[in-house]
Order: sequence, then structure tokens, then C-alpha cells
Amino acid sequence: MIKVRIPTPLRPLTKGQGEVDTQAHTIVEMIDTLNASHPGIKDRLCDDTGELRRFVNIYVNEEDIRFLKGKETSLKDGDEVSIVPAIAGG
Amino acid sequence: MEFTEDQISRYSRHILLPEVGGKGQKKIAKAKILLVGAGGLGSPAALYLAAAGIGTIGLIDSDVVDLTNLQRQILHHTSDIGRPKVLSGKEKIQALNPDVQVSMYEERLTAGNALKIISEYDVVIDGVDNFTTKFLINDACFFAGKPVVHGGILRFDGRVTTIVPKQSACYRCVFKTPPPAGLVASCQEAGVIGVLAGIIGTIQATEALKLILGIGHPLTNRLLDFDARKTQFREIKVKRNPDCALCGAHPTITELFDDGDPFAGCAVRP
Ligand SMILES: [Zn+2]
Repeated sequence: MIKVRIPTPLRPLTKGQGEVDTQAHTIVEMIDTLNASHPGIKDRLCDDTGELRRFVNIYVNEEDIRFLKGKETSLKDGDEVSIVPAIAGG
Repeated sequence: MEFTEDQISRYSRHILLPEVGGKGQKKIAKAKILLVGAGGLGSPAALYLAAAGIGTIGLIDSDVVDLTNLQRQILHHTSDIGRPKVLSGKEKIQALNPDVQVSMYEERLTAGNALKIISEYDVVIDGVDNFTTKFLINDACFFAGKPVVHGGILRFDGRVTTIVPKQSACYRCVFKTPPPAGLVASCQEAGVIGVLAGIIGTIQATEALKLILGIGHPLTNRLLDFDARKTQFREIKVKRNPDCALCGAHPTITELFDDGDPFAGCAVRP
């Protein structure tokens, strides 16, 4: 089981849930699985070409996937994934 | 520079701290801090920095006080509605501590004026409410070589991190570029719990004071994320990005520009 932390701006897509459990072996797979249960979420995380949007960061156990293997970063049981978009209120 | 009897009393709780002392309090008295935005985050930062005895506080904000601001912008009172925020802010700061010099800039920070204004200060506090200006502050502080304490709030979520240019991860290392206008919602649409501004703004003021005093460990290479619903802090490790368009090995940003529309908003649209 992978625990995914959903940021506030995306919670309308998860019926308000801040954490969603899922099964996946990689980040790409996780996004597809999430999108199947919460349609629309992939569109928020990835652009038209399927690449991760530049202003959205994904962390596996608080480590930026950009410094791991990006979308291909592997996931294992018990991992915690955080989706962290920029917020700019002041 | 010597302190008067009154000043020694006023700052006695600082002077008692071995990490501050009379020497540290003098550093504070000589320091110049720029608050970009005299709103939610800028308000508590301004009041605590004024109380601390910061020599010069710069306030830059083009807005006038609006009734909807008062739920969180504690620098402004009901009687200030319709008055420029910088003026209202200056009055509160000097009422609290007449030792503090206040420089007012009743304008927006833009690619045109940012370097000139920022170069006058030792530390910058980012309290603005839109992506474009947050990226501009980051870029300008990089070019000016000034540390900046970034803050952001939205609904029940707060973020804060300290950026020391060329030494620690910058805002672009982490977030690269503002979201396109079509994917952004305004702060008015999103809402925010008022006290969150106090929590994040006072952490920003703490970071600024630490930088001035040169004590402790700054919140660099760490993005502190606060969830007010759970009262939970989480630290996300961030790193300098060797491919950063601003501070990376082969920068593509070599001068200031307004990245996107400052009126687009402050949150990624759901
Ligand atoms: Zn950078």
C-alpha cells in the first residue's frame, strides 16, 4: 500500500480526502491508478504530453523524485508520496 | 552607537540572551529589512520586527486597506479602510516602536524597480499574494545577492523557506515557473484561515532576525509545510537544482522579468 498526500487544491477531486491509499510500483503507475479512482487528477499533475507539470513537485518519503528517477521512480509497500504544488497566498 | 536607558530596558529580554546580547541588539538596530506586501504575512512580521527594534523596515504595497483584509491583516484597523497600506503600516510600526525608521513604497514590485529597492536592504520578506511577484522577488534577490524568506498561505496550508542566493535552493529550483493563468485561482476564491498568516509571518520574522544576528540554523534547503487542520509541521527536503533556470550551471534567466500575470491569483485551480 502506498499512501499519497493530496494537497488542498486537489482535494475537490478526492472528495475532500487529504490522504489516499493506492497500489503502484512507480510514480507513473500511481498517477494512472489515482486517475482511475479520482478522474481528473492526472490532468492536474501532468501536461498534454504526459510530463509532470513544472510547478508541481512529487516527493517520495520527503525526497524529491527529480533527484531520484523522476516519473519512473519506483515505489514499495509503505512508501509515502506527497504532491506539493506551489501556493502563493499572502 | 550607544543605547539609551530606555532602549536598554525596551530590549532587555533580547540583551539577556547570550546569543543576542548588546552586540546582537546593535546588529538589529542597524539592520534593514524589506517587507514585500503589507498584508497577511507582512502584518505580523512588521509588528514583531518593529518590536525587536529593527533599524529600518521597508514596506512596499500598492493597495489600500479593504474591509475583507481585516480578518487577518493585523497591521490595519477598521479605521484604516480606504487608506494606503504602507501608511497604515508605518503608523502602527512607529506607535509600537518609535526607534524604527519606516520607508514606504506605495507601488507594486516590478521588474523595473525591484533591484533598486531590494539593494537597499539586508534581508527581504516575501509576503505577496501572487505567483508572478513571488518569482520576481526570488529572481531579484538572486541578482542582488540578498537572502529572502519566502512564505505562502492558502486555506489551512502554510509554507515557509529561507533562500540564501548561490548557497541554498531558490524558489525556481523547487517550483521552476508560475502555473499558467488558466490553472490558477485567485486568493479571494480560495479563502484562508486568518491566524495562518500569523503563524507563517512570524516564522518569516524569526528567520529574518536569525539571519541578521547570524545565529542558529536557517530554514534553507527545507520547505516547512504547516497543516493548520492537524496542527502539523512537515519538513520537505529541497536541493539546489543544477538545471535551475536562474541559479543553475547554465542559467537561461539573466535579467529580471515579470513572469506571468500578477493578477492571475495564488493557487492552483482544482
Ligand atoms: Zn535556483
